[in-house]
Amino acid sequence: MIWPAFKLSLLVVSLTTVLIAMVGTACGFLLAKRQFRAKELCDAVLTLPMVLPPTVTGYYLIVLLGKRGFLGRYLYGLTGWTPAFTWQGAVVAAGVMALPIMVKSARAALESVDARYEMVSFSLGKGEFETFFRVTLPLALHGLLAGIVLTFARALGEFGATLMLAGNIPGKTQTMPLAIFEAFIAGEDRQANVLALILTFTSIATIYLTNILTRSPKSA
Amino acid sequence: MVSTDLCALRLKTAVLIGFLVLGGSAGDVTNGQARPIVVSAATSLKEAFSEIGRLYQNRTGSKVTFSFAASGELEKQIEAGAPVDVFASADEKEMNRLQAKQLIDEATRANFARNTLVLVVPAGSEVKLHSFADLERPSVRRIAIGNPKTVPAGQYAQQLLHKIQLWSKVESRLVPAENVRQVLDYVVRGEVEAGIVYSTDVQIAQGKATLAARAPELDVDPIQYPIAVVRDSFNSRAARQFVDLVRSPEGIRILEKYGFLDPK
Repeated sequence: MIWPAFKLSLLVVSLTTVLIAMVGTACGFLLAKRQFRAKELCDAVLTLPMVLPPTVTGYYLIVLLGKRGFLGRYLYGLTGWTPAFTWQGAVVAAGVMALPIMVKSARAALESVDARYEMVSFSLGKGEFETFFRVTLPLALHGLLAGIVLTFARALGEFGATLMLAGNIPGKTQTMPLAIFEAFIAGEDRQANVLALILTFTSIATIYLTNILTRSPKSA
Repeated sequence: MVSTDLCALRLKTAVLIGFLVLGGSAGDVTNGQARPIVVSAATSLKEAFSEIGRLYQNRTGSKVTFSFAASGELEKQIEAGAPVDVFASADEKEMNRLQAKQLIDEATRANFARNTLVLVVPAGSEVKLHSFADLERPSVRRIAIGNPKTVPAGQYAQQLLHKIQLWSKVESRLVPAENVRQVLDYVVRGEVEAGIVYSTDVQIAQGKATLAARAPELDVDPIQYPIAVVRDSFNSRAARQFVDLVRSPEGIRILEKYGFLDPK
């Protein structure tokens, strides 16, 4: 079960990283550059999955998105599809768990961009869209990249919420952390060791990469 | 970060040790009360053992702490040195393995209850099932069973499905759960069209899951529940008392109340 779990983890994690990089940057932008009511409350709610035990987040997801859940029942009624026990469910679980890290990183990175540069861009007649992509984004790139790498790492290690929402179906929803857990409990120590080593090396590589990316260009 | 959940397992063990050390010393210092014992029991025993535990506390004045999980998981914890006094498994395999490693006190081992497998469906489900053979129908898109690798109820379910030649036909629709109560939970929530659980689980569902069929006893090995005192028990006398209480007429009466059969 090593190979299917590895492939599934890669699929789930890459998709999650791409989605969360976009959603997280958008949320981070709103929190950093816009003033609106209940802004800090929004931040707190988005950060919640970082603080709650993953199984609690997973429980919320099941109650919300399950076949008879608050939203899930309409989804099921309309499409006949439910995210429970599917690999897409694993993406949802990993995404919700990784979002706080991306939002926090993006907010900090975007806040650190000096507003005067943006003002200059506006005064030169550039719109908000162009200013974001040609001024703000390049200046915040280091922080955003670090956030993306951490998002990748968090999604790769996600266990609790995934187990709750997507289940642990070998070959379908069993990601690497779940395969390690099952191999350990079932006494298949060799499999557990191989999977644990793969994950450990990936994690070390991620942290190493993050450190390089977050180092400021001048000191490099 | 990956190992957080394995750490949780270790943490659980550490907490158990804490319990034992603190509780134990307090008992010794204050009034020489018997130390609390820790009983690791299969998830399906939760309600029955909780009641027997209350009886034990009333009777002996000493405390009992329960750790309910899948038998395979509990076996691993005991193997790793978790400070457990009594182990009650939903399957003889786990007990046999621990006995082979000399981790339980053989003389105290006994079968104390029996269970049967049933097919359950969510209450009010549109998919009506009347026998295990009905699982083949295309309208049954997902079937929850215990994970056959770690959950005895799942191993029995696998055995049964093989025996009635359904395994290969329904294998792709199976959703493995971490323990038998999770199977029940999936059914109660309507996440699956059917689930295979113990007959004792049906009344736990309080009407939210409906019995669809009982497994013919001939198709499955008798589901025996063994109990034994763990060899490294800090308090084997109290542990033996607990085992005796489970096997006493009062213990058996409580077990029967929750749907268990007496061991053959």
